[in-house]
Amino acid sequence: MQLESMYQDIILDHYRHPHHKGLREPFDTQVHHVNPTCGDEVTLRVTLKDADGQPAVADVSYDALGCSISQASVSVLTDLLIGRTVGEAMEVCAAFTGLMHARDAAEPDEDVLGDAVVFAGVAKYPARIKCALLGWMAWKDATARALAEPKEEPR
Amino acid sequence: MTFDVGRIRKDFPILERTVRGGRPLVYLDSANTSQKPRQVIDALTDFYERHNANIHRATHELGEEATEAYEGARIKVARFIGTADETEVVFTKNVSEAINLVAYSIGNATAAGGPARLALRPGDEIVITEMEHHSNIVPWQLLCQRTGARLRWFGVTPDGRLDLAGAAGLINERTRLVALAHQSNVLGTINPVEEIAARAHEAGALVLVDAAQSVPHGLMDVGSLGADFVGFTGHKMCGPTGIGVLWARRELLDEMPPFLGGGEMIEMVWMDHSTYASPPHKFEAGTMPIAQAVGLGAAVDYLTDLDLDGVRAHEDDLLRRALAALAQIDGLRVLGPAEPADRGGAISFVLDGIHPHDVSQVLDDRGVAVRAGHHCAWPLHRALGAQSSTRASFYLYNTPDEVDALADGIRATQKFFGVE
Repeated sequence: MQLESMYQDIILDHYRHPHHKGLREPFDTQVHHVNPTCGDEVTLRVTLKDADGQPAVADVSYDALGCSISQASVSVLTDLLIGRTVGEAMEVCAAFTGLMHARDAAEPDEDVLGDAVVFAGVAKYPARIKCALLGWMAWKDATARALAEPKEEPR
Repeated sequence: MTFDVGRIRKDFPILERTVRGGRPLVYLDSANTSQKPRQVIDALTDFYERHNANIHRATHELGEEATEAYEGARIKVARFIGTADETEVVFTKNVSEAINLVAYSIGNATAAGGPARLALRPGDEIVITEMEHHSNIVPWQLLCQRTGARLRWFGVTPDGRLDLAGAAGLINERTRLVALAHQSNVLGTINPVEEIAARAHEAGALVLVDAAQSVPHGLMDVGSLGADFVGFTGHKMCGPTGIGVLWARRELLDEMPPFLGGGEMIEMVWMDHSTYASPPHKFEAGTMPIAQAVGLGAAVDYLTDLDLDGVRAHEDDLLRRALAALAQIDGLRVLGPAEPADRGGAISFVLDGIHPHDVSQVLDDRGVAVRAGHHCAWPLHRALGAQSSTRASFYLYNTPDEVDALADGIRATQKFFGVE
């Protein structure tokens, strides 16, 4: 079986017991992304805060319908990104996107990606890459919008 | 000649290959696209190696041969669907284009103020069904947006049939066109087209049938179906991709304005206007998929040479076996009719606690190819309360052992995800 290369235990754990799931208040922006080929959906909210003059990720909350890969991926995302500065979080997001598009056997950087390195096996299945990226693309979109439309009241 | 699936399988080279590290291919995705027999592959090669030229415009020998092969394919298709008039067969690239051809022609008639049978007026209604493929929904939404016509639809019952009882008055004097699937690509349901067409015609409406899933099984006689338009595609019936068919009654094709303009669809062209060729050429602008049409002709020959009653009996056996096997699996719900009556060989199902993408991934690891998602029928899934589904679909080359491989694979999936 090659399946275990994709369905690592960490992925199945996140799928069965997702972290930070549910839509929370308050939030800065909310986006709804779908994967039109399979109908998977995620509604994702981002709340930013100020961390020593830099924007940072205060919270990421979400509600999602979809397969184990898309569910586990957004769960891992919240663990990795909440609390980081937006700059750091964008680097993690870029590394994850790179991991998904790298078909070669380049070793993923565990220092940057943490638990997300277990998604390396997904990159071998082109049809599932969009599943893994769904939440990350939603987060990136929501964060870009939050940065473009700063809150009116001072934080 | 009795039907021998072992002999059939030898005609399909791809069925000999292995997948995912040496597992035999169990191809249960024919409603998506069918595999191709050697005869069709050879016809494509032979055309390109021996007869390739453009059609209807080359005066050399190759041009004559290519034209004869292309027009010969049209005659074969016409006979296969039960019409003696091959000018009623318009080649398109697929069913989507066939349906869009009708929708855009009606839109063009509306913009030009006629002919009356086609032109829509605000308040006119187009009726579709909730079980349609997106290709028989979106073109009508677009037409309604362009013309001010109103889109209405038949709902589906929980067991996956058209809700005819709940649709009193749906087809009425405002109805101008009824468009529906002959056989649902998700549920397998075979719809009572004759009955609905009769009702539509009484109301003065035209009827379009999406027959993508029925023609491959030899289930088409345009004479008795009662439709005015029938669309289907080559690649689901052993033919190549890139070639589809719109059949329409000749008098309608005569009245219909063109859809795509361009070379070969004209009679005369001036700088400010043109006149058009006779059907079917009026609707075949530009260089057509010639080799693909020839390949479709070969596919029709292949199917015609088989004992089609034997094929249907074989496919029916597979369907019964699959419905019985799936009914034994706890936590599995079949979308659509649980009984084989008026039902074709596509079975979509949902498994408690496991997403269809994950089901198809485990099946794929065992060599079993199915489709996961909404199968281009999102409104239908919404109506049945399913986010998406896994679909297994059977064709003439599938075997009882492959049905068992599906059932075994589903159980293995439940085990893998700890849902038992």
